[in-house]
Amino acid sequence: MKSLDELAKIKESRRAALKIREGVPSATEKAHVMMCGGAGCISSKCLEVVDAMKEALSKNGIAEQVQIILTGCMGPCDMGPVAIVYPDATFYRRLKPKDAEAIVEEHIMKGNLVQRLLYRAPGAKEPTPKVTDIDLFAKQKKIVLRNNFYIDPTSIEDYIANDGYAALGKALTQMQPAEIIEEVKKSGLRGRGGAGFSTGMKWGFTAAASGSPKYVVCNGDEGDPGAFMDRSVLEGDPHSVIEGMAICGRAIGAEQGYVYVRAEYPLAIERLDYAIQKARENGLLGKDILGTGFNFDIEIRIGAGAFVCGEETALLTSIEGKRGEPRPRPPFPANAGVWGKPTVLNNVETWANIPEIILKGAAAYAAIGTEKSKGTKVFALAGRINNTGIIEVPMGTTLREIVFEIGGGIPRKKAFKAVQTGGPSGGCIPADYLDTPVDYDSLGALGAIMGSGGMIVLDEDSCMVDIAKFFLDFVVDESCGKCSPCRIGTKRMYEILDNISKGKGKEGDIELLVELATTIKATALCGLGQTAPNPVLSTIRYFRKEYEEHIRDKKCACNVCELEE
Amino acid sequence: MVACNCGCDDELTKQLDKIIDPYRGNPGGLIQVLTKAQNLVGYLPKWVQIQIAEGLGVSLQEVFGVITFYAFFSLIPRGRHKISVCAGTACYVKGTKMVLKTLRELLDIKPGQTTPDSRFTLEQVRCIGACGLAPAMIIDGKDVHGRLEPEIIPGVLEQYA
Ligand SMILES: Cc1cc2nc3c(=O)[nH]c(=O)nc-3n(C[C@H](O)[C@H](O)[C@H](O)COP(=O)(O)O)c2cc1C
Ligand code: SF4
Ligand code: FES
Ligand code: FES
Repeated sequence: MKSLDELAKIKESRRAALKIREGVPSATEKAHVMMCGGAGCISSKCLEVVDAMKEALSKNGIAEQVQIILTGCMGPCDMGPVAIVYPDATFYRRLKPKDAEAIVEEHIMKGNLVQRLLYRAPGAKEPTPKVTDIDLFAKQKKIVLRNNFYIDPTSIEDYIANDGYAALGKALTQMQPAEIIEEVKKSGLRGRGGAGFSTGMKWGFTAAASGSPKYVVCNGDEGDPGAFMDRSVLEGDPHSVIEGMAICGRAIGAEQGYVYVRAEYPLAIERLDYAIQKARENGLLGKDILGTGFNFDIEIRIGAGAFVCGEETALLTSIEGKRGEPRPRPPFPANAGVWGKPTVLNNVETWANIPEIILKGAAAYAAIGTEKSKGTKVFALAGRINNTGIIEVPMGTTLREIVFEIGGGIPRKKAFKAVQTGGPSGGCIPADYLDTPVDYDSLGALGAIMGSGGMIVLDEDSCMVDIAKFFLDFVVDESCGKCSPCRIGTKRMYEILDNISKGKGKEGDIELLVELATTIKATALCGLGQTAPNPVLSTIRYFRKEYEEHIRDKKCACNVCELEE
Repeated sequence: MVACNCGCDDELTKQLDKIIDPYRGNPGGLIQVLTKAQNLVGYLPKWVQIQIAEGLGVSLQEVFGVITFYAFFSLIPRGRHKISVCAGTACYVKGTKMVLKTLRELLDIKPGQTTPDSRFTLEQVRCIGACGLAPAMIIDGKDVHGRLEPEIIPGVLEQYA
């Protein structure tokens, strides 16, 4: 495609073909079945359901009139396999291969919803058939996951139909580079990879830096070991990341981008690779994009399983094919990034926000969220909670709303104990603070961090010493060993914790942990070491009694730790 | 050509050359080449390392340094099936310990080891995206098995000969 006109034409024709997904019955097609193909639903055997459905469609001679589309994670993983059937937008859950026939013969052919497969709100007698009426979804706000229930991730036309690449078109034809950066600044968007730095300012520094060429990098390393937001975006809507990066290319004057994805995400790599190929074929990547003279292309780089490579300086070295060891900053990537050149590095979710900001304007985006944290945030809810999966909520939503309203509370009538945010760099927030609005600053004030969006709920049976030990074990394992505070200090902390958990702790251990933690935080070279003590510090801060019980009474009240003797 | 004893294989050597070709003389492609080479050969023996070092124009030492830095790469042969137990946070709070214990009892190996009959290699990974179905494991990098309990694990293993 060579012009905005052509883009608009594709959008129009595709949109017409997809009317059925907006609820408009079609003359030629009976239904579109959006089947969740995220890892959760795959493990609950959604592919067998797809096969059974194809069979039922053929048997009834309507295979030509029904499309089955495999999407990215739709969110409510514990209900999987889940599917949405359009035009009615009916949400089905816990599907088994044997249910396929009923959906085809009753719902699709006769228009009778299959009652037993519908969602029922807790305590409700009547089911809620329509996906948009379901409480769990109604409380969410989708910007990053805007295409989640709507597009086929392998179809660039589907993406275009829902305003895809329109923001790139606007950035290329109606905005000067400085205006793009200004718009991103005004939106208040902050990095979703953990640290929460202003995205617009980062772009501004890189644009102003001397040195060329410049580069645009996407961090898809997703190191938090209990979270899969970025994976869901890459699998469910890869073009949103490509479009965001291309817009940045225009803003800072870069022609080359890299997406760094971990090798453990083969489907994300496959979908992204395919999307890049389709974008090239359609003239949305490559030379002379949309006939504007702008060149931009993207390469995928595979991360090979080192948590530290999520740290920006390590990631940039890893892109060059080397051991991903961090280096001191400054210089920051804005001045010396890939191959020593000025580079913008942002997280997957950050990128997916960009098209929406450019298309709808900074003001609309900044209207969502809190004073200092704008827009929405995607979280991966897991642990001891009823509704596990992926959610997207406006910044400022309280933990209580997330855990009890959207998350459906704690299973088996157990008591809520804490929620862990920010993974190995974060901390635990106890019940007293459930009414805290979730944003960068309020979580930071509690000794936790927003992090990339992993949220693990813990109940009365979770031992906090054990959780702290779990995270320390992780960082000891993942420390790259370059600097001694992190390499030796975290190991020492782990040994102390291990002793405490085995009932061999001594008086003074807690103080020693705090002292070591403070030193490591102050002296470690990179963010991994600087934040590694956080899970220990925050559990000591809120659950000191549990540590004391292990040390003095040689007892684990939750019966998790294996005490010796 | 004289056959050598280093364990290389003519057919594999040719295929490896094809993997290297797009990156010839370009050290920046090292990680991509190693990833693909491991997918081809199953692990990264010395002859593979040498061929890659020569192809990309980096020292053997550097190739070795990169392999040992990243957890994804292996210097030793693995079993026919790779069991990756998720040790991410969500799985940990819901029973990773139980899964590992059960597997250890069934297979008599620890993470990082391979069964003597080369059927299974056991390893731990972090979050495989199935947190909603924790505890979970993934076999051969593609089959996700969730909501694991001691009783169902033997049945899962039976599917892999
Ligand atoms: C040990 C460590 C691991 C990190 N892992 C990730 C990660 O997996 N994904 C990510 O986007 N950022 C990660 N970060 C943060 C990055 O260094 C960087 O701040 C971020 O990618 C910048 O993008 P953003 O401004 O869009 O957040 C990590 C930082 C540290 C110190
Ligand atoms: S803090 Fe840890 S991970 Fe970071 S450079 Fe030092 S040893 Fe490596
Ligand atoms: S994987 Fe299907 S809802 Fe998450
Ligand atoms: S923590 Fe195990 S799948 Fe996410």
